[in-house]
Amino acid sequence: MNQPILELKGIHKSFPGVKALDNASLNVYPGKVMALMGENGAGKSTLMKVLTGIYSLDDGEIFYKNKQVKFTGPRHSQEAGIGIIHQELNLIPELTIAENIFLGREITNRFGAIKWSVMFDEAQALLDRLNVKHKPSQLLGELSLGEQQMVEIAKALSFKSEVIIMDEPTDALTDTETASLFTVINELRDEGYGIVYISHRLKEIFQICDDITVLRDGKFIAQRKVAETDEESLIELMVGRRLDEQYPRVESKHGTTCLEVKNLSAAGVEDVSFTLDHGEILGISGLMGAGRTELMKAIYGALKRHSGQLLVEGKAIDPRSPQEGLASGIAYISEDRKGDGLVLGLSVKENMSLCSLKYFSKGMQLDHRAESLAVEDFIHLFNIKTPSRNQIIGNLSGGNQQKVAIAKGLMTRPKILILDEPTRGVDVGAKKEIYQLINQFKEEGMSIILVSSEMPEVLGMSDRILVMHQGRISGEFMASDADQEKIMACAFGHNTKELSA
Amino acid sequence: MNNKVTSTGDSPKVGSVINKKWLIEQKSLIALIMLIVVVSFLNEYFFTVDNLLNILRQTSVIAILAAGMTLVILTAGIDLSVGSILALCGAFAASMISMEIPVLIAVPVSLLGGAALGSVAGMIIAKGKVQAFIATLVTMTLLRGVTMVYTDGRPISTGFTDVADVFAWFGTGYLFGIPVPVWLMIGVFSSIWYLLNHTRFGRYIYALGGNESATLLSGINVDRIKIGVYSICGLLSALAGIIITSRLSSAQPTAGMGYELDAIAAVVVGGTSLMGGKGRIMGTLIGALIIGVLNNALNLLDVSSYYQMIVKAVVILLAVLVDTKHK
Ligand SMILES: Nc1ncnc2c1ncn2[C@@H]1O[C@H](COP(=O)(O)OP(=O)(O)OP(=O)(O)O)[C@@H](O)[C@H]1O
Ligand SMILES: [Mg+2]
Repeated sequence: MNQPILELKGIHKSFPGVKALDNASLNVYPGKVMALMGENGAGKSTLMKVLTGIYSLDDGEIFYKNKQVKFTGPRHSQEAGIGIIHQELNLIPELTIAENIFLGREITNRFGAIKWSVMFDEAQALLDRLNVKHKPSQLLGELSLGEQQMVEIAKALSFKSEVIIMDEPTDALTDTETASLFTVINELRDEGYGIVYISHRLKEIFQICDDITVLRDGKFIAQRKVAETDEESLIELMVGRRLDEQYPRVESKHGTTCLEVKNLSAAGVEDVSFTLDHGEILGISGLMGAGRTELMKAIYGALKRHSGQLLVEGKAIDPRSPQEGLASGIAYISEDRKGDGLVLGLSVKENMSLCSLKYFSKGMQLDHRAESLAVEDFIHLFNIKTPSRNQIIGNLSGGNQQKVAIAKGLMTRPKILILDEPTRGVDVGAKKEIYQLINQFKEEGMSIILVSSEMPEVLGMSDRILVMHQGRISGEFMASDADQEKIMACAFGHNTKELSA
Repeated sequence: MNNKVTSTGDSPKVGSVINKKWLIEQKSLIALIMLIVVVSFLNEYFFTVDNLLNILRQTSVIAILAAGMTLVILTAGIDLSVGSILALCGAFAASMISMEIPVLIAVPVSLLGGAALGSVAGMIIAKGKVQAFIATLVTMTLLRGVTMVYTDGRPISTGFTDVADVFAWFGTGYLFGIPVPVWLMIGVFSSIWYLLNHTRFGRYIYALGGNESATLLSGINVDRIKIGVYSICGLLSALAGIIITSRLSSAQPTAGMGYELDAIAAVVVGGTSLMGGKGRIMGTLIGALIIGVLNNALNLLDVSSYYQMIVKAVVILLAVLVDTKHK
């Protein structure tokens, strides 16, 4: 193997109550894509933040181009040629795409005036390269989450980098967006860039990466060549044990109808009707922007309905706010943790109980004991890695934040649980834990709507699958007759309404 | 799966948590103590019971305003109208007292008046989606104008009746050797502390300030929280107005001018973030005391009022810098 361009050796980093990195190492080779893998909270993001100088390291050495280095902050590392795309988006919605890409290094003339046309042209070139169909002058806030992620990637490319780090870049991307990202990664590899690729999606690792480094509990576990490993042994390296079947579907007797949606229309949703039984998992598939999230928010009451009817257990409901949605027994877990899912500045406990505080209070007064007990239960049930329930949730790893978000919905003991991309950023082991929990609640008669862009997840977990296309339902399948191709066909708008009971 | 990080149950009573939280809160407390020690050396009158009680009483008005302001700032809002509400409700109370309306009616009525005025601002902010700064800038100007019209620009005396004597107790009375305004301040801070830490409303205030859209999506009536905090802030402004009016036996139309900035300063020195979602009410009390001690000390040390402003500005800056350094 050739000489690494970047070497991290024996890195240690502790936070109060957490040993995030405990002898972690990583080599990055020019012209290769190095996958960095590990469970939620294994320390992947922290390692990258230590590298780029966002966190200071407690112990260890970093060599870049054979010289020992110590970066003082992202700006410093960026100037040295290390670009990073963080797991959480760091863009400003009120600015244009071009302004976001060149934030802090606007192209100016001698007098400090911004040369807009030059900046727009360069931004346009980057967007073209990534196949993003937007003008650089458009406001970032008008873009979907996935498109914003693409802008973040464009921004990293705009630096004259030699090493590019991508922390779960495809989390919010559609399949086509992912494909264009991979094209770009392949180009970069050919141009000799060293790339670090962090993802929980094994499929992508085998598709795009050359080598794999595995971290577990902050420790370096192994470095392998992709060509010489398979999924199973990789999972074993990450989790430290073997995992059996990934999608543990349980057959359960469906009960009576729980939710009925009739001719519902809202912004981005047109004339949608479906039913959902007690004890059923209904998968909702479709491309990003197909109106899935809008449909769910409309049912929950967070989005205004233009027309249509909702019935829960035969009774008409008319939720006009999330509050009324919750009161009707519907809980919705957002796909956007940072945006409207969690309050990142509050603790794990405060986030988890936020929707269900009325169960934990006597009159006006909060019952701290009852609240803590319930929260503690869920921390154990979901195996959430946190030093304590009072940890600020923003300090948890992405996957663990997601588990708290799901627990938050479950705490309200809803009749209908709507999960929007529930396993985004969640590691294989934890995914399975979440699936098992979903199944457990299903067996208890809860009705679950599972919105997911991950095909295997929808196919593996759902009893029935609806596919959406441009705000309408373009296909409905029983799990037994669904397959990837049929669903994709519907997602692209080939209407094949096919349902066999 | 991982046993390095175990989820340990810890209640606020466990030592380690108390230490850390305490240390952060104690930074402003340490600053306060240091200030007191230094001034005690510079002036022997400073550290006497009389003077300390005096400081507490002088601080109580700003502290009470700052308590309400803390709630508002925790929701990522701001209330510029506290000084105007103080003046208007003070004037209103004074004229009621001068008409010999019993204290037991006059005081609650002007308190409720303050709450109502605050809730109007809250409504404009919540329902009208107007930024808090603008909305309260409007009510600040408007209510000051109303006060001027109402008082005709002249002080309103509470008169020399028995009712006025009873009313004077709020500003000048003592209970167990401690001035009544100080008791009121203690009462206000205890209630707000309870509200923030032991009620749903308090939890929602933090959530709203931390992430409004997430709070909304969690099924919480965000508008009600907003209207609630501005109402409480208005009510406490009225209380401050009553204390001042009672102390002077008259309501000044210009009372409380500029107090909103002192109140905001106390909140910020106390470690509450203007971005919302982060802060403690006891920090605000300490912040108010720091400003109070400083005012008192500068007077005792015969520092000219021109320099006082400069010193105050520097201290506020230092306090805030120390605070952000730690984060
Ligand atoms: N600023 C912080 N303060 C306290 N603890 C932190 C902080 N940042 C990270 N941690 C902790 O360090 C550990 C490693 O977190 P990190 O974010 O690196 O995990 P990760 O491997 O990126 O996980 P994921 O796949 O879920 O994103 C976690 O236990 C996390 O809670
Ligand atoms: Mg991470």
